[in-house]
Amino acid sequence: MSITRQLSPVAKLEQRTVVDLITKGKRLDERGTQDYRPLTITLGIIEKANGSAQVYLGKTKVVVGVKVEKGTPFPDTPDEGILTVNAEFVPMASPTFEAGPPDENSIELARVVDRGIRESKAIDLSKLCIEEGKKVFMVFVDVYVLDHDGNLIDAAGMAALGALVDAKMHEFSVKDGEPVFKDKVIPLPIRNYPITITSAKIENSIIIDPCLEEEQVMSCRLTVTTDKDDNVVAMQKGGLGVLTPDELKRTVSFAITKSREMRSKILPKVN
Amino acid sequence: MGDKEVRLLDKNGLRVDGRRLDELRPLKLEVGLLDKADGSAYIEHGKNKILAAVYGPREAQPRHIALADRAVLKCRYHMAPFSTDERKSPAPSRRELELSKVIREALEPSVMSEYFPRATIDIFIEVLQADAGTRCAGVTAASLALADAGIPLRELVAACAAGKVEGKVALDLSDIEDKKGDADLPVAIMPKSNAIGLLQMDGSMTEDEFKEALDMTVNACRKIYEMQREALRQKYHIVKEENELIQQASATAEVQQ
Amino acid sequence: MTVLAEKRQLVAPGELLAEGPYFAGENTYREGTKIFSSRIGLADVIGNKIIVMAVKGVYIPRLDDIVIGRVTDIGMSGWQVDICAPYPAMLPASETPMQRGRDMGRRDLGRIYGVGDLMIAQVIAFDRTRDPLLTTKGRELGRVTSGRVARITPAKIPRIIGKKGSMITMLKKETGVDIVPGQNGVILAVGRNPDQERIAVEALYMIEREAHTSGLTDRVKAMITERNVAKSVG
Repeated sequence: MSITRQLSPVAKLEQRTVVDLITKGKRLDERGTQDYRPLTITLGIIEKANGSAQVYLGKTKVVVGVKVEKGTPFPDTPDEGILTVNAEFVPMASPTFEAGPPDENSIELARVVDRGIRESKAIDLSKLCIEEGKKVFMVFVDVYVLDHDGNLIDAAGMAALGALVDAKMHEFSVKDGEPVFKDKVIPLPIRNYPITITSAKIENSIIIDPCLEEEQVMSCRLTVTTDKDDNVVAMQKGGLGVLTPDELKRTVSFAITKSREMRSKILPKVN
Repeated sequence: MGDKEVRLLDKNGLRVDGRRLDELRPLKLEVGLLDKADGSAYIEHGKNKILAAVYGPREAQPRHIALADRAVLKCRYHMAPFSTDERKSPAPSRRELELSKVIREALEPSVMSEYFPRATIDIFIEVLQADAGTRCAGVTAASLALADAGIPLRELVAACAAGKVEGKVALDLSDIEDKKGDADLPVAIMPKSNAIGLLQMDGSMTEDEFKEALDMTVNACRKIYEMQREALRQKYHIVKEENELIQQASATAEVQQ
Repeated sequence: MTVLAEKRQLVAPGELLAEGPYFAGENTYREGTKIFSSRIGLADVIGNKIIVMAVKGVYIPRLDDIVIGRVTDIGMSGWQVDICAPYPAMLPASETPMQRGRDMGRRDLGRIYGVGDLMIAQVIAFDRTRDPLLTTKGRELGRVTSGRVARITPAKIPRIIGKKGSMITMLKKETGVDIVPGQNGVILAVGRNPDQERIAVEALYMIEREAHTSGLTDRVKAMITERNVAKSVG
C-alpha cells in the first residue's frame, strides 16, 4: 500500500527562499542549477567485501558493498550469474527513517539502481557460471544510506558503480561442480558503466542533484541512467508533480551530456 | 541467451500478434461494475484483465496518517496468484510495492485532494490476468474508478507503454515483446494539461529513439482518453426526467417529509 | 466569452465548459480564462455561473441538512455519530432536548443514546477545520426506535423525494409507511408492520437503481401494488 506522505517539514517561507533563488538561477549553496555538489568517492574501504565504495555527495553519504557468493541460477538463464540490489535506509541517516523492512522509497531506489546495472549489462553474468543449471555466482550489491541530504539515488548509483568496478574475486576453475579458487585475484567482469543523473523540477525550473531542502520543495524528480555509449538504459519519474513531454526531452538530453562528465570522475579511480 | 530465437517482427514489419509498430492492442473499458466500492472500473487490454476500485473520501484510518489540509491517497497495486504464467505468491513483492508508489504518483496530481482535508481516498488495483503493460492499464482503470466515485478530478489520466522491438520503436508491447524486446517505456499523462505523472524506462534506447517512443505513447494515451470518456458516457447516460429533478433539487435545498 | 457545454450536457472531469468572465460554480474549476468540470455530472449555466450537478459522490455535510446517523462512541460531553461522511459527527449533550443543570457522566449519556443507536439529527456546523456538529433539538429529530433503514447514494435523494414531493408522497400513501430521507443517503422507513416496511425499502432501492429512467413513479407504484396483492393473497 503506497500512502501520501506527510507534508514537508519546511516552512512556507523557507520554501519560497529556495524557489526565489532558483528562478534567479541560483541555489542555497551557491551552485549553478546544473552543477553537482562536491563529490568524493573512495573505493575499497570495506576489506571484507569483494568490492566497496563510499560516496560523499555534498552532505549525503552512501556506502555500497559488493559480495560475491555461490548460488543457484534461475531456470530460464541456467548459465548466467545473478545480480541482486538491495538498499537500506538505516535509521541514523535521517530523523524520518524508521527501523523495519524496506519501505517503498528504499525499494524504489534499489530497483532503479538495479535497472541501470542490469539493462546496461554492466556485469557480464555469463562469466559467472560455475556449472550450468546448477551453480553460479551471485553478485549482491547492498546500498547503505548513512546520511540523507538529498539525491540518494545518484549517490547510490555512483557508489554501486564504484563498488562494482572495485570488486575482485579469485580466479577459479571448476572441478566436480564446485569452484576451485586460485591465488590470482581478478576484477569482476564489468564491461559497461551506467551513470544515474537525477533532476528535480521546482516551479518551472529543472535543477540537477537536489539537496534535501530542494527535494522537500520540488514537485517531482526524473532520474535518467545512461551507459558508456550514450544509450538511455533506465528512467524513473518520482514525486507528485508532473512533467511535459518537452521538459522530459530536454532533461534527458542534458542528462546524457552530464553523465559523460560524471563517468569520468568515477572511472579514473580504476586503472 | 540460449533458447530458440523468436522473431518479433516478420518480413513485413508486422509483430507476433499481427499488429503494426504503432498499433494499440484491443482495449475495452467498463465503469461502475462493483457494488460496494464507491467507484470502480474494469479494463481489458490485450490479455490484461484488471479491476480498479476506489473507496472514499472516507475517514482516515489510522488517524495519524491524515493530512490537515488535504486528503491522503492510499494506493495498492496487487497481482492475483493466478494472473501470471507461473503462480505468483500472494505476498506483496518489491515490484508491487514500487508500482503502488509510481501509480499513486501518477493519479495523485489529478485528484483535487484539497477538497477533503483529514480524509483518505483508497485506490485498489487488482490484476486478474497479466499481459504486459499492467501498470498502465491499472492507471487508466483507476482514473475512471476515481471519476465513478464522484471524486473531484482536474482531468482523467490515461496511460500506455511504448518500447523497442528488434531495433524498432513500437507501441504497447505485448508479454513476449516485453520479455524479449529491447526497451519498455510506460507513460501516464493528463492529456489536456499535457502533464506526465508516470514515466519509467528500462532497456536500451538512444536519445532519438526515446523521443520517438515518447511521442508515440503520448498520442496513444490521447486515444485511450477518448475511450475513457466514452465509457463514462455509457454508464452515465441520463434521461431528461432525472435531469430536471437534479436541477430542481440543486436549486432548493428543502427536504419534504 | 463562450459557453461550450450545452445545458444539461453530461460532462466528465477535465472537460472544458466555458471560456471567459464566468464564475466557476460547484464541481468546476478555473484555470486562466477557462472553466473545466471536476466531476461527472450535468453542466448548467445559472446567470454567469457555470456549475456541474454531480450524479454521484460521497456525502459532504451542509448546514441545516437533516441526516440519519449511528452512534459510534460516547465521549465526555456528547456522542460521536457516523453520518456516512468522511468525517465523524459530534452531537454535544447541550444540543439534545434534555434537562441541564447537572454534569452528565458517560453512563448517563449512554442512557440517552447508546453505541449503535440510530438518530435523526440536523447539521448545525461544519467547515474545513473541524468535524460536523449536530443537534437533535427540533421537531421530528431524535432517537429512532423502530423501522427499517435503506442506504443509497446521496445524489439520488432528490429522486426519492420527486418533483414537488410526488415520489415520496406516492410511496407513503401506497405503502402506508412513513419515510424519512436523510440528506446523507440514509432513509428511514417506519411502518405499522415489518412487511410494509420491507416493501417500502424494496421500492427505495428500486428508485436508486432506476433513477435515470422515465415513468419511474408509475412503475414503482405498480410494484408496490403487486407486492400488496401478493401479501394479502399469500
